[in-house]
Amino acid sequence: MANAAALSAGAAPSSNQGGADTHAAPPKIVAAAPPRELERYPLVLNNRPFNWITERIAGVCEKPMPLWWWPAFIVSFGGMMMMFGLVAYLIATGVGVWGLNQPAAWAWDITNFVFWIGIGHAGTLISAVLCLLRQKWRTAINRAAEAMTLFAVACAGIFPVVHTGRVWMALWWLPPIPNNMAIWPQFRSPLLWDVFAVSTYGTVSLLFWYTGLVPDLATLRDRATCKIKRLLYGFFSLGWTGSNRNWSNYEKAYLILAGLSTPLVLSVHSIVSFDFAVSQVPGWHTTIFPPYFVAGAIFSGFGMVLTLMIPMRTLFHLEDIITVKHVELMCKVILATGSMVGYAYGMEFFIAWYGGSPYELYAFKNRAFGPYWWAYWSMITCNVISPHLFWSKTIRTNMVLVWIIAGFVNVGMWFERFVIIVTSIHRDYLPSSWGYFTPTWVDVFTFVGSFGLFMTLFLLFIRYLPAIAISEVKAVTPQADPHHPLGGAKEHHH
Amino acid sequence: MSATQTRPVGLLAQYETPADLLHAALEVRDAGYRQWDVYSPFPIHGMDAAMDLRNSKVGYFTFAGGITGFFSGMLMIWFMNKFDYPIVVGGKPLFTPLFAFPVSYELTILLGAFGTLFGMAFLNRLPKLYNPLFNVDRFRRVTDDKFFVYIEAIDPKYSAESTRSLLEKTGATAIDVVED
Repeated sequence: MANAAALSAGAAPSSNQGGADTHAAPPKIVAAAPPRELERYPLVLNNRPFNWITERIAGVCEKPMPLWWWPAFIVSFGGMMMMFGLVAYLIATGVGVWGLNQPAAWAWDITNFVFWIGIGHAGTLISAVLCLLRQKWRTAINRAAEAMTLFAVACAGIFPVVHTGRVWMALWWLPPIPNNMAIWPQFRSPLLWDVFAVSTYGTVSLLFWYTGLVPDLATLRDRATCKIKRLLYGFFSLGWTGSNRNWSNYEKAYLILAGLSTPLVLSVHSIVSFDFAVSQVPGWHTTIFPPYFVAGAIFSGFGMVLTLMIPMRTLFHLEDIITVKHVELMCKVILATGSMVGYAYGMEFFIAWYGGSPYELYAFKNRAFGPYWWAYWSMITCNVISPHLFWSKTIRTNMVLVWIIAGFVNVGMWFERFVIIVTSIHRDYLPSSWGYFTPTWVDVFTFVGSFGLFMTLFLLFIRYLPAIAISEVKAVTPQADPHHPLGGAKEHHH
Repeated sequence: MSATQTRPVGLLAQYETPADLLHAALEVRDAGYRQWDVYSPFPIHGMDAAMDLRNSKVGYFTFAGGITGFFSGMLMIWFMNKFDYPIVVGGKPLFTPLFAFPVSYELTILLGAFGTLFGMAFLNRLPKLYNPLFNVDRFRRVTDDKFFVYIEAIDPKYSAESTRSLLEKTGATAIDVVED
């Protein structure tokens, strides 16, 4: 986690040192100060003291929610109940209430699954990969992004389970137990790998998130004003005291969890892509899928992180913690992963032609110019063109524009999964087996309702838990560095 | 709480900055104390060295969990698909480590993560239902913006006077007797 010294104790952020004591004896060799543009930017603006950070972040979940929270919650909760109602209708009636047919036996259900699971990947990328890369800016956004991961995985999990129709059979094929004929699930199928990948992903993300929460739950426990809060936060904070002997083990555990989550997050979307790539279907049977899916997942996830964070930082006045610089950096990640996705689209087409398989080439021509051309070109517009607007700093620092473009990314990545799934299977090898998938109202409202579930969970998270990692944000400020003047360092110490 | 008898179990000194705390930790260590700890709202760089802490042992728990996960995955798949009820599917082999790898890989990570979390909790003796430090009101701000050194009375070098004067010398802004 936050080793404050990697921020380079010596060359600390200088933009905030105006008021710091001028204690240093004149050094023998006077090095020229770095040019302004090379100075490190402060991660918390205006040199806020620790107590300000605690008050501001814990204050969000301690004070009553602002007025907008209630209508937002009621709408989200309604959406969630609508989805549960439609799922009940599906289970009671059969998967025929969706627009599935032969040959398009997978459509919105699996599209929604891949869409949601992909969104989760940004949370793990921020919490794990950026932790290993010592990107300190992650501390302002990792908590909410990890929460987003969990909620997205919850939304994702619903679709593959209910799309089987007879969900009670899940007892057999989710945990590996023999069926009534004593047959075990067979592990040669990537679908079973997926069960293990997604359930591991959900579980490990929860463990990682909870580990990060423990010190902050202790903060809420120590600030609690009523007995119920003190008991609940106290229970979940495990009696945390901030002992350095504990921090030492804690930091190691956190680092290891980051090290475990990094190969995990790469494997999860790779295995999701195996659901397609291991098959023989033209348009699915490609080796580029694993890296391409992972890049797309991170791309879409950052889109969702920005969609949630930009309103959050404004509505709760967190601008000093989630700074414009943070948003800019996320835009750059979108730009990078969006470019990878664009490259993958191009490479897929090239290999379809270069590979010389007429079926493969047909699948791709059909993708761009067949009956689903509108989905393909929506995808290209949103995913290939829109991220390149982030080359401009003016756009990256304009919160409204960033929010709108992030929305395009979300839409585009849903279309990508739809395009991959439906355009590849709606025309089988024989023209007599050609079909066209059209969603029913149940398809549409189940998907819309899944946003209700996602937002309900997210709004409750903001309401009851610290949405920003309090202890981690403190640890990356110069005040937390014992070798920095703002951390109290005096000349006679070390 | 009824009128139970309390007895002092240690001294708790408060500091205002991470540098003061680090400095105090060095002094306490050099004075030869063993049963002591420092408390801070966030981990402080250099504190492990200042306290002479060894590298954390959490990694052993992770390793044990990961190894268990990997081999139980392989064994499970071999047992289910090759040993207990072999069925040929698509002419593929009944068992090879290749198709068993993704699931075993995920189980490595899953049990490794559980090993990490439970190992950390075990090493830290968490969850802890009662801690006398919370009898000191001031200590509540350890999770906010204050820094503390706590020296336990069971330390062989502990004495109410000399320990207090050591803590005073290190620049403590407040010293409390922790009672249990």
